[in-house]
Amino acid sequence: MTKQQIKDTILEIIAQIIPDEDLSNLKGDIPIREQVELDSMDFLDIVMELRKRYGIEVPEDEYMQLATLDSSAAYLEPRMREL
Amino acid sequence: MDYDVLIIGAGMSGLAAGIRLAYYGKSVCVVEKHYRVGGLNSFYNLGGHKLDVGLHAMTNYVPKGVKLSPLPKLLRQLKLKAEDFALCPQRMSAIKFPNKTIRFNNDFGFFVQEVVDNFPRQADNFQKLLKSIFEYDELNLCAKPVSAREVVGSIISDPLLSDMIFCPLMFYGNAQENDMEFGQFVIMFKSIFCEGFARPQAGVRQILDVLVKKYKACGGELKMRCEVKSLKCANGRVASILLENGEVLTADRILSSAGYAETMKLLTDHDSSKLNCNVGQLSFVEFILVLNKEPAEMSYETTITFYNNSDRFDYRKPDELVDVSSGVICCPNNFQFENPLPEGMIRITNLANFDLWNRLGKEEYKAQKAAWLETTLREVVEFVPDFRDSIVFTDVFTPKTIYRFTGRINGAVYGTPNKTKTGKTHLDNLFICGTDQGFLGIVGAMLSGISMANLHVLQKG
Repeated sequence: MTKQQIKDTILEIIAQIIPDEDLSNLKGDIPIREQVELDSMDFLDIVMELRKRYGIEVPEDEYMQLATLDSSAAYLEPRMREL
Repeated sequence: MDYDVLIIGAGMSGLAAGIRLAYYGKSVCVVEKHYRVGGLNSFYNLGGHKLDVGLHAMTNYVPKGVKLSPLPKLLRQLKLKAEDFALCPQRMSAIKFPNKTIRFNNDFGFFVQEVVDNFPRQADNFQKLLKSIFEYDELNLCAKPVSAREVVGSIISDPLLSDMIFCPLMFYGNAQENDMEFGQFVIMFKSIFCEGFARPQAGVRQILDVLVKKYKACGGELKMRCEVKSLKCANGRVASILLENGEVLTADRILSSAGYAETMKLLTDHDSSKLNCNVGQLSFVEFILVLNKEPAEMSYETTITFYNNSDRFDYRKPDELVDVSSGVICCPNNFQFENPLPEGMIRITNLANFDLWNRLGKEEYKAQKAAWLETTLREVVEFVPDFRDSIVFTDVFTPKTIYRFTGRINGAVYGTPNKTKTGKTHLDNLFICGTDQGFLGIVGAMLSGISMANLHVLQKG
């Protein structure tokens, strides 16, 4: 996957978790939780979906790497490049 | 069999935890000793009547579309839709003391106005109380316990108003006598007054059906009539689980909703002398009355009435079998249902003494149930229209009944006052969820299962 595809995947996962939110204007460099109503339990589900769908393990102390769409793409790209 | 996670108890918290774990691919088994799911919130059939245990009303009700409050959080976590529970909001509830009535519905502004109208001199103090409630972070699992009586008493100077506020909050989820922890107070205040009551048309069955179906659809295993006999410990962990039927299971982690002391008693190396401080004392008796008409036909439209027959409210283990001086009168018919329920019903809940009920012989037990039914009816008709001529069927359950079906020591439905908020025990892979972890009410119980599954299993990889 390219970084853009990874971002689209994350957006699609968020849309599944909070289907009522408008995600069309989400900025890549601002923390996701500052832009949409996503609590820590919802945030955990992004990590869980990545594991469920792609077998990617994100350790608890690296959850903050997924704070923004840009940082998520940078962090996940080496692990999702081959997918 | 070997599982990633074994969950003890198929109540609201165990099933919710099970859904989370099974949904994210863990191999999960829920073991339940009873032949029916639900635990403290269950149901039974008797004399052709469908009866509920526990759930009077689901608290925390918010209409579809409201976000960031417990009910929508829980629905998102369980991957359920708001429609799945088919909740119908209440009509109107009331707190009735001898010369004062405060009504409340699911519109918080209405409740605030009722308080101000009844206690005009406390209007400013009440606003101050609301401020301290909304500023408090009740979800902080590490907060130092503070007495709610002290906090509220320091702000509200009229003890009658204070007691009227405490009455429903204590009846619907307080494990401690006379006082409650302020965090619990805030949770209960929000769940009852700021959010509100609702009930599915089919009662607790609806909620349990949805949970069981979802759990099974996610691949979870549910073993009914399957009691845990003991948990074998080795090297600071639970090494294996021995069932009453002789089977031995192993699991990487164990979540127990059986209660803290009840779980500790299952350990092969437990020290019973250390458990006494962790046992709850508060239990209840419930009188279930089937009527030959809808209570609304007798001009009784109230959903839940919390009554107290004096100006001071005592919430403690009574010295007699039952304390009828205060109680809860629930009318399951008085929710905004699309179709009326099949029959009229009133349920009365009073504080009761487990030891005294447990001591009675068989005949005396039966006689006392009948006698206290008469006594409580005489009391409650002071607060609601006299419906005694319309009763066509009665059943009574006592603290002893609760103990028999749920295994809760002392029939203590709200568990121990000393909650294990982090869910951790002295064993590395054994965690507590449900009533003794600390989130109360039906929504709270499910959130407890969810948060403990998240914290101790999913986040750990």
